[in-house]
Amino acid sequence: MSPSRSDADSAVSDPLRPSDHADTAASGDITNPALGFVGWIRWGWRQLTSMRTALVLLLLLAIAAVPGSLVPQRSADPNGVTQYFADNPDLAPVLDALSMFDVYASPWFSAIYILLFISLIGCVIPRTAHHWKALRARPPRTPARLARLDVHRSETLELNSGEDAAAAASAAIEAAQQQLKKSGYRVERYDSGSALSVSAERGYLRETGNLVFHGALVGVLLAVGIGGGFTYTGQTVIIEGRTFVNTLLDYTSFNPGRFVDGDTLAPYALTLDRFDVTYQPLGAQGQGQAGDFVANLTTEHSGGEPQSGEVRVNHPLEMAGDRIYLMGNGYAPTLTIRDPEGEIVFSESVPFLPQDNNMTSLGVVKVPDGLADQLGLVGFFYPTQAELHTGAFTSAYPALGLPVVSLDVYAGDLGIDDGTPRSVYTLDPTGMDKLSGRGTDVESIELAPGETADLPGGYGSITFENEAPEGAEGYDGAVKRYVSLSIHRDDAAGWVLAFAVLATAGLLAALFVPRRRLWVKVTADDGALRLEYAGLARGEDPTLDDAVTQFAQRHLASLQASKYPRVD
Amino acid sequence: MPETTGLSLDSVSVLLVWTAIAVYALAFIAYAVDLARRGAVAVDAQVPQRELVGAGRAGIIPSMTAQETKADAALNAPIGQRQRLVWARIGTSLTVLGFLFHLSGDVTRGIAAGRVPWSNMYEFALTGTLLIVAVYLGVLFRYDLRFLGTFITGLVVVLLGGATLAFYVEIVPLMDPLKSVWLVIHVFVASLATALFALAFGLSVLQLMQARRERRITAAAEVEAEAASAAGPTRPEAPGDASAAPGGGVGTAPPKSGPRFLGTLPGADALESLAYRFAILGFIFWTFTLIAGSIWANDAWGRYWGFDTKEVWTFVVWVLYAGYIHARATRGWRGSRSAWLSIIGFTAVMFNFTIVNMFFKGLHAYSGLS
Ligand code: HEM
Repeated sequence: MSPSRSDADSAVSDPLRPSDHADTAASGDITNPALGFVGWIRWGWRQLTSMRTALVLLLLLAIAAVPGSLVPQRSADPNGVTQYFADNPDLAPVLDALSMFDVYASPWFSAIYILLFISLIGCVIPRTAHHWKALRARPPRTPARLARLDVHRSETLELNSGEDAAAAASAAIEAAQQQLKKSGYRVERYDSGSALSVSAERGYLRETGNLVFHGALVGVLLAVGIGGGFTYTGQTVIIEGRTFVNTLLDYTSFNPGRFVDGDTLAPYALTLDRFDVTYQPLGAQGQGQAGDFVANLTTEHSGGEPQSGEVRVNHPLEMAGDRIYLMGNGYAPTLTIRDPEGEIVFSESVPFLPQDNNMTSLGVVKVPDGLADQLGLVGFFYPTQAELHTGAFTSAYPALGLPVVSLDVYAGDLGIDDGTPRSVYTLDPTGMDKLSGRGTDVESIELAPGETADLPGGYGSITFENEAPEGAEGYDGAVKRYVSLSIHRDDAAGWVLAFAVLATAGLLAALFVPRRRLWVKVTADDGALRLEYAGLARGEDPTLDDAVTQFAQRHLASLQASKYPRVD
Repeated sequence: MPETTGLSLDSVSVLLVWTAIAVYALAFIAYAVDLARRGAVAVDAQVPQRELVGAGRAGIIPSMTAQETKADAALNAPIGQRQRLVWARIGTSLTVLGFLFHLSGDVTRGIAAGRVPWSNMYEFALTGTLLIVAVYLGVLFRYDLRFLGTFITGLVVVLLGGATLAFYVEIVPLMDPLKSVWLVIHVFVASLATALFALAFGLSVLQLMQARRERRITAAAEVEAEAASAAGPTRPEAPGDASAAPGGGVGTAPPKSGPRFLGTLPGADALESLAYRFAILGFIFWTFTLIAGSIWANDAWGRYWGFDTKEVWTFVVWVLYAGYIHARATRGWRGSRSAWLSIIGFTAVMFNFTIVNMFFKGLHAYSGLS
């Protein structure tokens, strides 16, 4: 388009774009500066805030995110990482040096998104300032030659003889102005001599949406970044009948954000009254599949009345701003160990970790005191014991059909006296003698609920307590269950969501509100009016053509309806 | 419950699905015939034009432009005034028929399972491809995109056939994490986005082919024009002379520039802006998928985002399409380069759906395959 007077106005009302935006004419802007230090800084800034940089950084971000899905990540799958080190002892350290196990916290990943967001902010701020002005600017002057625009329609309206052409033209342009205004255009009259014209622009919301979208992305990033410091996650295990108190002591693991004080957790307590689950019956499709998990709790805020609460999958329980999630469950057989004199040295419900869908579960019992030596027992719990053709046991169904624990006994030093932290779920047999099970002459201990057996080596006896209430049928309730809960606090999550929703709203406006200019020009001409309609898209606007045509039709129809009969 | 009647509702569903696949395959053939015939028509239409015009540059480019204008108009023609393409009509009718079988197969699966039919790999594929066809048929009301028929029916036959062969699983009750309204919303919207990305992908591929064809024709015309102007001073003008001139041969029979049906399709620019429109719609739905997924993850897994493999790939796809949208607004990237991004984006969508679901370890272990 040839430069014209209207370009000056356009520059104000047009959205500001980086110099390499497809809609801006090439201006040789990005050439080498010969302007000294400040010049270089400006040049560098312009490079950083160019469309091309944003694009390249976006593509880099996409590529950089991929390795984290190929290699296990410490944040999502710490056991996977350990396994990876075991499986690839040569490769793993190399990958680790490249932060491949912490991709999303790695220097290179961070560098990409930080640069991207600097670029974004540098891009958005000047555009916002510019848009602020544009919102008050008048629509640009009507171009001298409308026929040159993207869309142009021209009509002639014959006047009745004797009709005042100037008055008719003025009425026609007023009507156009009114109609445009009503359809949401900002309008301005520009008359020059006998040519009356109205200039109209609409769709400022498009740029507003774009700025809101990009701004809201910054909001999401800040909410995630700052909010992360105030987040904590902890895990705990509660056995039926036991109570968890929300202090660091009662957590099995606790990951606080930078600004979290673990000593000032909200005071509340949770008691697991009962854990319920249903299993698909034998013979049905998906036999044994578990579902409808519910942890029935009694909850109590400090100083408050006990209340009952539920935790289900997809339905966390809210307590004092914490959200409590059900992460897992299992059986916790109650085992009692007595010394040779019959004195109880150990009596606890021991959580066994499920190993398969039929709840074959692995557990460890440690008896540090009360016997001649320290004892360690390792073994399996089978809710419904069955024998494989290899002779090994397994569980054939996850509910309590034929519950059995089978345990091997180790005697010696548990290795816990020197303060070395040991997992309660594993037993380190070094320094211990195996007294029963494979590799010894003694058979493993096998117990059903209610049964007692002698410990090998004369250490005493062990009882698998039957926890079923009086008069219960079969093994219902014979073995206690436990749940593992995850307790989270993330006050920023709401902010993240709010910014994400704002971004989406901005995006909708930015992509689907058409930004366009429309001009109507009326020229009185020898007993007729020459009407011109023209439109210009600012950005993607597939409906411009229709919009101009429809407006022209509506305008003409209104003119004809109001006493100007059309003569062709 | 073990099935006692002869034919369970689920086996009826499978039967309906196979019928749908067969009908889609026929539709694919019909659409392919349509493209081949369009190619023939395009050549016929060119011959008289060529004879009319003398020098190449004057002839080929305007005829290309005229053809494109016509094709652009045909693209936007309302239903009653579309080109009469018998084979395309047969293709569309068969696609509608296939769609009806497909829909019944999907609905019966849902009834048999007593829940929405999109909760394992097989069902994702079943419903996802149903939506691809639905979106395609829906779009036909607005644009005459029947030239994408081979691509759409071909894609659906491969995906649906593959899924039925490889992913079919018997109906089992839902796993607990899937019992959520978000299953209904999140997965459905993701499939809708996929369908729109598929259309954008098809158009982007055609755009690239068309751009190449246009480049070659323009280049050939230039060669010819040069030859003509070089020959001009020495040779007197004579009717029909240009076609006998050395350069004339190049110009009158354009060099290999891709399949001939391209000559009946809209120009690269028109294909690009249409691809863009579908891509931005898809992008909106994908954004929504991402947000809905995070809300669901926050309920089910206790965090809204954890870079689980599936989350990573959903994010990668989102960023790729954001890149595509940017590329369209970046000087030097509009056109073929941005089209490649749309193609890469859709490849990532398909990768996310197939490979990531089947082989990547993560929390989204709902394929139902073991
Ligand atoms: C996190 C990084 C970014 C993302 C995800 C992103 C995404 C998007 C999306 C989806 C659009 C299309 C919607 C619209 O037109 O408003 C868009 C447009 C745009 N973006 Fe970004 N963007 C990012 C960073 C940037 C940066 C760094 C710049 C500055 C160089 C920028 C400048 C623009 C401009 C000027 C448009 C309008 C394009 C047009 O005229 O159609 N963006 N962006």
